[in-house]
Amino acid sequence: MPSRRGTARWPSSGSRVPVELVRIDDRMIHGQVVVGWGQPLDVRFIVLVDDAVATSDWEQELYRMGVPPSMDLHFDSVADFAARYAAYAADPRSGVVLAPDIPTLERVVEAVPAIRAVNLGGIHHRADRTQRLRYLFLSDAEAAALRALAARGVVMTAQDVPSARPIPLDDLLAGRGER
Amino acid sequence: MRGIVAGHGEFAAGLVSAVEQITGRGAAFVALTNRGLSGEDITRQLADALSDSGALTVFTDLPAGSWTVAARRLQRERPSLVVVTAVNLPVLLDYVFQSEVAPVEAALHAVAKGHGALAVVGVPSAR
Repeated sequence: MPSRRGTARWPSSGSRVPVELVRIDDRMIHGQVVVGWGQPLDVRFIVLVDDAVATSDWEQELYRMGVPPSMDLHFDSVADFAARYAAYAADPRSGVVLAPDIPTLERVVEAVPAIRAVNLGGIHHRADRTQRLRYLFLSDAEAAALRALAARGVVMTAQDVPSARPIPLDDLLAGRGER
Repeated sequence: MRGIVAGHGEFAAGLVSAVEQITGRGAAFVALTNRGLSGEDITRQLADALSDSGALTVFTDLPAGSWTVAARRLQRERPSLVVVTAVNLPVLLDYVFQSEVAPVEAALHAVAKGHGALAVVGVPSAR
C-alpha cells in the first residue's frame, strides 16, 4: 500500500498515524507488530528499546527469528537510542520503535524530546493493574505516569491494530474506552 | 504422543476441534490462546502446559508470534522440546498418528505433509 514519509494511511480505518510509530508493547516483537502494523505501514525497520535485551545476544536472537528479512531490527539501550534517534528519524523507510513498559517509555521521552506521540499497544494483566481495555491494564502509578507525560505534550492513544479505533488517553483513563 | 497447539484468538482450539472431528484424537493436543496475556504470562502458561501434559512438541501459528518467542525461550531450559511454527491442519493430522517415533521425527514428517498440502487449487488459466 502507498505510504509517504511522516504519515501513512491504511484502508480499513482511514485514520492517520506517524509512520515512525512509537509503541508500548509488553510482548515487544510479535504478530501484531510485525504483521498487523508491519504490512499496512510497509515497516522496514524496528527498534526495540530495552536495556536488558540490548545486552543479551540470546534475547536478540530470539526476537530476530520472528522478523522477516525485509525488516531491519535494531536493539538499543535507552542511551543508545537517544544517540541514534536522529539517524532513525532521517531514515526514509518506515520504522517502528518499541518500548516494553511505561518506565522505559518515560526514559525514552526524557532522552528524546522530539517524540511527541505514543501508541499504547499492549500492557497486559498484572495483580496491581486495572483493566482499561481488552489489551490495556494500568496500575494507578502507571496511569499517573501517562498523565504526566501527557502534561508535557506527548499525545497518547490506545490502538492495538491499525483497523481499531484510536482511543485518546483522556477517554481511556476516564473509562470511555471499549472493553 | 501429546502436543501443545498455541495460537492467536481461537486458532488453536479450532485446529484441535478439527483433529477431534476427523480422527477422534483431539485429546492428544492441548489448545492455548494468547488473548489477554503479557509476554511473561505467555511463557509461564506454556511452561505450565508442558509440565502438566507431558507434551514434547509445541505447534505455534506464526513465526513472528509471541507463542513462538515463548517456545524458543523455553527451549533453552528444555533442549529436547520440539517447536513447529506456522502449523496447519494437515501437520496435526499427520503428527497425531506418529506415535511410534521420536517427537522430532514425527514433527519433521508432519511438517513435510503440511508443506505438501499447501496448494492453490484449480488455478484459472490465463486469458
